[in-house]
Amino acid sequence: MQAEEDTLEKDTYEVELEIKNSEGLHMRPAMMFVDAANRFESEINVSNGDTNVNGKSIMQISMLAATCGTKLKVTARGPDAREAVAALQKLVEEKHFDEPKPKKK
Amino acid sequence: MEIKKGIAVSPGISIAESLIIDSEDYRIPRRSISPSQRMLEIQRVRNAFGDAINELTRLESAQDQAESGKIKDIFAVHLRFLHDRSLRKKITDLIQSDMVTAEYAVSTVLREIASHFANVQDSYISERAADIYDIERRLLKQLLGKKREDVEHLKKEVVIVARELSPTQTAGFDRKYVKGIASDAGGRTSHAAIVARSLGIPAVVALEDLTEYTSGGDTVIVDGNRGIIIVNPDEQTIRQYEDYSKEFAELEHRLDAIRQKPAVTRDGTEITLLGNIEFPDEAEIVLERGGAGIGLYRTEFLYLNTESEPTEQDHYEAYEKTVHVFEDKPVVIRTLDLGADKYTQSKRFVPEPNPFLGLRSIRFCLQNLTMFKKQLRAILRVSVLGQVKIMFPLITNRQELMQAKMILHDVMEDLDEESIPYNRDIQVGIMIETPSAALTAYSLAHDVDFFSIGTNDLTQYTLAVDRSNELVSTLYSPADPAVLRLIRNVIQDAHKARLDLSVCGEMASEPEHIMLLLGLGIRTISIASPMIPEIKQVIRSVTIENCNKVARKVLGMDSERQISTYLRNAAREIIPEAF
Repeated sequence: MQAEEDTLEKDTYEVELEIKNSEGLHMRPAMMFVDAANRFESEINVSNGDTNVNGKSIMQISMLAATCGTKLKVTARGPDAREAVAALQKLVEEKHFDEPKPKKK
Repeated sequence: MEIKKGIAVSPGISIAESLIIDSEDYRIPRRSISPSQRMLEIQRVRNAFGDAINELTRLESAQDQAESGKIKDIFAVHLRFLHDRSLRKKITDLIQSDMVTAEYAVSTVLREIASHFANVQDSYISERAADIYDIERRLLKQLLGKKREDVEHLKKEVVIVARELSPTQTAGFDRKYVKGIASDAGGRTSHAAIVARSLGIPAVVALEDLTEYTSGGDTVIVDGNRGIIIVNPDEQTIRQYEDYSKEFAELEHRLDAIRQKPAVTRDGTEITLLGNIEFPDEAEIVLERGGAGIGLYRTEFLYLNTESEPTEQDHYEAYEKTVHVFEDKPVVIRTLDLGADKYTQSKRFVPEPNPFLGLRSIRFCLQNLTMFKKQLRAILRVSVLGQVKIMFPLITNRQELMQAKMILHDVMEDLDEESIPYNRDIQVGIMIETPSAALTAYSLAHDVDFFSIGTNDLTQYTLAVDRSNELVSTLYSPADPAVLRLIRNVIQDAHKARLDLSVCGEMASEPEHIMLLLGLGIRTISIASPMIPEIKQVIRSVTIENCNKVARKVLGMDSERQISTYLRNAAREIIPEAF
């Protein structure tokens, strides 16, 4: 894994998340995901195994077309990587995107 | 150099740079730009994103949170896309690498994303393609909207090249700089055609795929006399056309001199030359060109210009403006003639399988009485201001005429009750434009004040030919013996009943048909304003005696080709410069 080489300089955290809401990562959840990701300084990458995309781009995230049950690997790299990964994990696996949408940045 | 053949709809020659107006309703054709134009196109993309974001933010904040959370969500998602740098980069990269226009890059990138979604099995996700198309349209609307504004603030002469032009678009044209019109779609009676004729701009339509062969800024020659468009002509062709254009301008200039002279034949028969108009502003042009009134005021523009149905006041104001220009001269207002056109059909819940034989024109009005009465009320109200006449289109039998007249009578009674003044003796006439009306003219004549022969529809219905269909359009000719027999029949019946009679179809604006029409007994002609001087010139060059001879000769012929050749030769002998 590329990111690991940089671990010495920057913190890299990684987590595997399963999409659990029935509608999958469609538009509104995708928006919540990128809004959450954009609140962190760290670089955030999301991979479904085939494709690796920028977690802050709604176009790229929604094009992953993650349906219910899809597993996504989220990698954050940067000063607040740990918090970013935790926040995204919470959004996807605990809240299932059902919270009211986050305040616009 | 690319030469394309279409239908000539408005005469004249022009050579200018092209300005292309794409439409967000159609696929945007791929058009190349020069390397130096890339920055400009990229800036256009940035501006379009910025403006689309502003527009969406306004829309979003206008939504009531409590009631329309879902809609607000949709706007919010679209906004995220518009803010997405990687999306913007994908578009500007395409402009950089492939040297294409902003419109093409936006459309290509977003459609690619949309098709990615559409191919996903999960329906929640595949339906998101609709969101992407929506974003595409919003961006294109910004890009094209700016282009359309450009058309209203031109600084140099251009030829407008478009897929199709709507009445609203053409209404905003700056006459000083728009030197020609060329469109992929359209026919002789399409809006682009009618507007071009009334403004006196050369135009060619039905060019099919011209917008794919032309890039903005290409030099384009519009030959509105022969229906030819030349893209990027070579030096020799340009020179040839400059000469041709000069000759044409000289002819026009000579015609200028006769504008204020009467339309009288050499042996002293007076002919009434009227104008056909579409928009109220054209009334002035008819007057300028020497028209003695309006023989056909089409009223469809009132319905085509706006999303909602026009109010009685909208009708009234449009008519008042025209009547005011002509004061004591006749203004014949034709009631709504919509139905078979693309516009109405696209608005129908289920399109008609055969619209030209369907619910169009007077039939449509008789089934939509509230709408019909609104228009009749407005016409009656302006009737006190001048010499206004009412004309019903597409009458096919007496019953229809009686129904229409009964409704007119109802409206009169309503006005009486409200003590609103109108001309009680307003003249009521009909268009003779179906074979059934032509064959029963003797009976229809009892119940009207005048006939006007609409040769376009009469020819189409008699010969069963759609002239905008290029596969059969060569069969379309008002000089066909079948059509001429019907016309003669109408003229005879009108004369017997001592009825006013005119011809308002395109046939009357073609110089080669004038001698025949006069010889058959026509004394009133209504045509598009740019043709008035030329037709007047023809009238002033002939004698009725000669016209009668031509008509007799033609009625004895049995083939369209023989008749057309004979008429062209006869006209060429008398007015060689018109051919």
